[in-house]
Amino acid sequence: MKGKLILADQNTFEGDFFGAITNISGEVVFNTGMVGYVESLTDPSYYGQILVLTYPLVGNYGIPDTKYWESKKIQVKGVIVQNYIDTPSHFESQKTLSDWLKKDNIPGLFNIDTRFLVRKLRERGVMLGRIESGESGKGESYDPNKENVLPFVSVDKPQTFGEGKKHIILIDCGAKSNIIKSFLKRKVKITVVPWNFNPIKNNLNFDGVMISNGPGDPKQAKETIDTIRQLIDENVPTFGICLGSQLLGLAAGADTYKLKFGHRGQNQPVKDLISKKAIITSQNHGFAISSKTLSNNWQEWFINLNDGTNEGVRHVKKPFLSVQFHPEASPGPTDGGYLFDEFLTYL
Amino acid sequence: MNKLRKVLVLGSGALKIGEAGEFDYSGSQALKALKEESVETVLINPNIATIQTSQSLADKVYFLPVNPFFVEKVIKKEKPDGIFLSFGGQTALNCGLSLAKSGILEKNHVKVLGTAAKTIEITEDRKLFAMELEKIGVLIPKGGFASSLNEVLEVIKNLQFPLLVRSGYSLGGLGSAVVYNQKELTQVVSKALKHAPQVAIEEYLKHWKEIEYEIVRDGEGNKITVCNMENLDPLGIHTGESIVVAPSQTLNNYQYHLLRQISLKVIEQLKIVGECNIQFALNPQSNEYRVIEVNARLSRSSALASKATGYPLAYVAAKIGLGYTLSELKNSVTKSTSAFFEPSLDYIVVKVPKWDLQKFVGASETIGSEMKSVGEVMAIGRSFPESLQKAIRSLGNGQDGLLGGKSKINVSSKKLLSPNTQRIFSVAGELAKGTSVDEIYNETGVDRWYLYQLLEIVNFEKRLKEKKLKLSKHNLLQAKKLGFSDNLIAQVFKKDEQDIRQLRKGWAILPKVKHIDTLAAEYPAKTNYLYLTYHGEESEQGESGKGERRKVIVLGSGPYRIGSSVEFDWCCVTAALSFKKKGWETIIINCNPETVSTDYDNADKLYFEELTLERVLDIYDLEGGKIVLSFGGQIPNNLAIPLYEKKVPILGTDPVSIDIAENRHKFSKLLDSLNISQPAWQELKNSEVAHAFSKKIGFPVMVRPSYVLSGSAMNVAYSVPELKRYLTQATQVSPKYPVVISKFIENAKEIEIDGVASNGELVIYAISEHIENAGVHSGDATLVLPPQRLFIETIRQVKNDARAIIKALDITGPFNIQFLAKDNKVMVIELNLRASRSFPFVSKVTKNNFVEIAVEAILGNRLDCVFNTLNLDYVGVKASQFSFNRIKGADPKLRVEMLSTGEVGCFGEDLHEAFLKAILSTGGKIPQKGVFVSIGGDKNKMEFLEAAQEISKLNLKIYATKNTSQLLKDHGIKNTRVFKISEGRSPSAIDLVSNNRVDLAINISIPGESASDQRDGYVIRRVCIDTGVPLLTNLQSATEFILAISCKKADELNIKCWDEYVAC
Repeated sequence: MKGKLILADQNTFEGDFFGAITNISGEVVFNTGMVGYVESLTDPSYYGQILVLTYPLVGNYGIPDTKYWESKKIQVKGVIVQNYIDTPSHFESQKTLSDWLKKDNIPGLFNIDTRFLVRKLRERGVMLGRIESGESGKGESYDPNKENVLPFVSVDKPQTFGEGKKHIILIDCGAKSNIIKSFLKRKVKITVVPWNFNPIKNNLNFDGVMISNGPGDPKQAKETIDTIRQLIDENVPTFGICLGSQLLGLAAGADTYKLKFGHRGQNQPVKDLISKKAIITSQNHGFAISSKTLSNNWQEWFINLNDGTNEGVRHVKKPFLSVQFHPEASPGPTDGGYLFDEFLTYL
Repeated sequence: MNKLRKVLVLGSGALKIGEAGEFDYSGSQALKALKEESVETVLINPNIATIQTSQSLADKVYFLPVNPFFVEKVIKKEKPDGIFLSFGGQTALNCGLSLAKSGILEKNHVKVLGTAAKTIEITEDRKLFAMELEKIGVLIPKGGFASSLNEVLEVIKNLQFPLLVRSGYSLGGLGSAVVYNQKELTQVVSKALKHAPQVAIEEYLKHWKEIEYEIVRDGEGNKITVCNMENLDPLGIHTGESIVVAPSQTLNNYQYHLLRQISLKVIEQLKIVGECNIQFALNPQSNEYRVIEVNARLSRSSALASKATGYPLAYVAAKIGLGYTLSELKNSVTKSTSAFFEPSLDYIVVKVPKWDLQKFVGASETIGSEMKSVGEVMAIGRSFPESLQKAIRSLGNGQDGLLGGKSKINVSSKKLLSPNTQRIFSVAGELAKGTSVDEIYNETGVDRWYLYQLLEIVNFEKRLKEKKLKLSKHNLLQAKKLGFSDNLIAQVFKKDEQDIRQLRKGWAILPKVKHIDTLAAEYPAKTNYLYLTYHGEESEQGESGKGERRKVIVLGSGPYRIGSSVEFDWCCVTAALSFKKKGWETIIINCNPETVSTDYDNADKLYFEELTLERVLDIYDLEGGKIVLSFGGQIPNNLAIPLYEKKVPILGTDPVSIDIAENRHKFSKLLDSLNISQPAWQELKNSEVAHAFSKKIGFPVMVRPSYVLSGSAMNVAYSVPELKRYLTQATQVSPKYPVVISKFIENAKEIEIDGVASNGELVIYAISEHIENAGVHSGDATLVLPPQRLFIETIRQVKNDARAIIKALDITGPFNIQFLAKDNKVMVIELNLRASRSFPFVSKVTKNNFVEIAVEAILGNRLDCVFNTLNLDYVGVKASQFSFNRIKGADPKLRVEMLSTGEVGCFGEDLHEAFLKAILSTGGKIPQKGVFVSIGGDKNKMEFLEAAQEISKLNLKIYATKNTSQLLKDHGIKNTRVFKISEGRSPSAIDLVSNNRVDLAINISIPGESASDQRDGYVIRRVCIDTGVPLLTNLQSATEFILAISCKKADELNIKCWDEYVAC
């Protein structure tokens, strides 16, 4: 069945549906990873977005049970590919990508010149768009940056996992499961709390706080920023990932801004300005900290080697640190895994 | 970073199976990188046909063997402070390792740049490697090592058959095989131990996936994986023999990054500095893996990865060797982002090997853990079917896609599903027959994902043929997306290829241009590395439109194969650069990943595309300009007439003239009209006429099919039964076409003239003579330039004939004419209106760049210089490299059909010196112990007497078979008689060779030998090849070799670089 992607600038791409046949809208973004569609589609950071995958064959290894899911459901609003593969082959595959999308009522389009689409997004910046079947009805496209979307992706109430000498609070702004798993692997007790939960005010006993990744414009998450400010004031070791990094930056008084088309992929090079080492990272973000707005006590920790944008900040003396990329990987390279170990040494 | 003053780069020598054009690419990139740093460069590489030995790349080039003996001498003379071992394949690595171990590098203060010698040693020695990986808990196949048959028993105690036997220090996996029982194990191990000090015996991981990663690490420990690749064929088939796909298709995120992380862990442990390749086995039913090996150097796979991703691995590795870190380097494609990144592909790459086994008598089409392929093609598309079908067409085997319109279905059988060169076609045939994917998977281990993809192609073609699909816009677009050619679609619908093309254009079904930009469009590319796809709407044609600048499209040479390899790449690259120098916009089309022409910085645009009429027309439609097809060998040359018919402007000689040269009838008529003699010949449609004609002109006669796609059945028949046999062979090769029979002139000399003409006038020429008499293919023969043993009269006649032909055909551009000379009489046997295989040789020996001159001629520029190519103060010799050791069972005897895989060209003060250097460069050795001599024919025996006497004088023992032994004795030459196999007595010739009593074998057979003599000859030749004893099978070259070693000692050979022979 034919379907269309209509961008905010009225550019239209015609393709064929797979997954659910339904009309949706959201922010159109692209990811350049060559594997990892299961992880990406379930990553809450994509909430409200239509994801374009640049690798031209998608669906190759099917869908496993929940093993590699980064949350309990598909988070994207829709997915756009060049060629959809309906004949997967993998020992862990349980169903096809199309069947999986259907179950969650998520539409996909294939037979779209995804490279053309990406070049447009690269030149004009990410824009809103709609996936539609049949004649295009004009309508407002959903913009996930215009509201605080964290309530849609965060847990409702605190939940504790694992056992360990140290106890970490994970402020869930749409956390990927692998952040939790990364701590559990390191024998840490972890309590996942809602995005607007203040662990100090709630009198929890803990050693450090992790602020997770998540969707949307960081400035919308005012309550979380307030919480982080208090954590900093009370010298609580705090580690932010992705949105968590932006929130830590805002709490520290720096500014954030929207990137033209963001960084979404598994090949993003970053350099540690302190150790001078470089690693390849997995990234998924549309906003960044403006490093020139960092105050004196804060330093730029990582930068992106491609465009020089900020990839992490830290306090010059105290254990407040953050990275814009994903040390938990999944999808993507695992080079940054050591950062969890480093954070644990501050507890 | 300590600034280096002078760096020595080792090349890989002649192209051979397992070590081919990929090392011209890597060496050339390394030299470019060094040049940018203003480091003085010295290159040792006898491969005169390479681009790296061009004038513009290295400061000094030594056309000498890449072995410790010669390299040490060059080091002593040049006193470099650094040496690169990793750009010249296994040859350079082994040579460098030996120099490092013997302390020669240290003594001469030469630093190994990049990965340290110690690390190389670990990666090359399976035992050390296993120990190193065990330290970091990385798994390798279970098994052990053995240096003797006794140790084998110890190793296999805890293992079960089948087992895999591998040998260390191997080039392309020599001596590795799967064995199913004790007997096979013993056989394989005995053979392997003759070539290597130890073997590894391992669990055989049946049907595990084979995955490779290409990794770069800098001296500071920053590291990336540039590309991963998946072999379509499961483990057990050499990656050089396998269809390879990039990136991997069947790995999920976890597996992809698991193997990636292990790759990084391993190279960190090994402390690789530069580039390396790591191969994994992955269980298809779990996440279990094994590390198979690490190649601590640029390899075939890294060349492929470079082309597949656009990441210049060799260039970056060279910079790292000089001390740069990855983050200090820029991405060569975007020129703005960092070189420290991992390319993201938004297309799929398929590599398919190219074999030429049908040329070898006695070779089997089975493939396995040893390499046999002579080349490869790569195709880029946005679906697997699109890329695969493109790749298959690019092979130039006449197969028009996976099923190729032909009904292969009937000939297919399960047996053909075992690994062989045609397996992919058998699999397609089985699928077409309705065999299930599961069944084929169980038989082949080819992942079901690929089988489902093949099934899509097969089903579509079936539906086309069964007329279930109409010729509609939708179906045509589907067909093109699946990679079908216009020609195939035309056949199905009983139309002409051009009708489909017109229809397609009318429906606006056109391929779109896409960039390879390393970052999946995330950042703009500054280079024009392009491919075409039907999966897309937007064409990214780049800045230049039609007709803004003078534009030329240079057609490349396609896959390397016997008869066409790096020499044509040199011609194409040189031509493109020459046009560029003249202000033309240049475009290269080629599909071979082991070439320099497919580096995106040689031309303004590179289309990595198939060299078919359809695709060349597609590109011409997009780009316009003019086409030059005289530098890429026969593949582009064959497009001359079809392109001309489509009114595509072709530069150089008029295609009508090309047609005259290529058409035997027209060419013969031309020669007659010019009063130029030629051997009698006729084209014959049936065998009765063939026999009558042969009787008329008298035996021997040469038999060949008149139309040959690849691998022919060229033979010389000396008798009626032989004629009968060869006729059958020839008609089998191309049943539709008549057979050509020509008079074979015995004991004639062969002469070639390479040259350039302008509007029918000779501009420059070089005359070379063959060492071997006619009967050895010109591509296998040893060439001497300038000729040393030709009469002035002969030279004049050759020149005059050439002039007459050039005038008559109004040639503009390169040409090559082959002559026979006997008793002062000259006959023309062939004319090529294109650059020939010997163009780089004659260009480099005379230091007149024939290709540059040809480009000038093509552009209509007058060149008034007088070129001296005859009266030179030195001699250049081009010798052929054979790879018989790779092709089990093949008879290594030289014939009229070409068998060599590569060549070298060396200089000397006289013929003997140049010849000896050339032979040593192809792996020949100066005998120290004894020589085995077996010469058929009385005349041959007598001719060899002088050489035999020289062998005696050298104090080498002579062993000879019956008649040869007797004749030598009669002439007072001491020798020991050995027995032929058929004589059934010892010591036999085989004992002699297998016991290492001789280090040279001369075996000359004659036509019309008895069957038992033929068999004896074949066996002894084969034993020599299998045990590594140098073998000579041609009387003239054997004699020249003996004379050369009798007057030159190795130590007396001059160590002089190119410039010292030929001033600029």
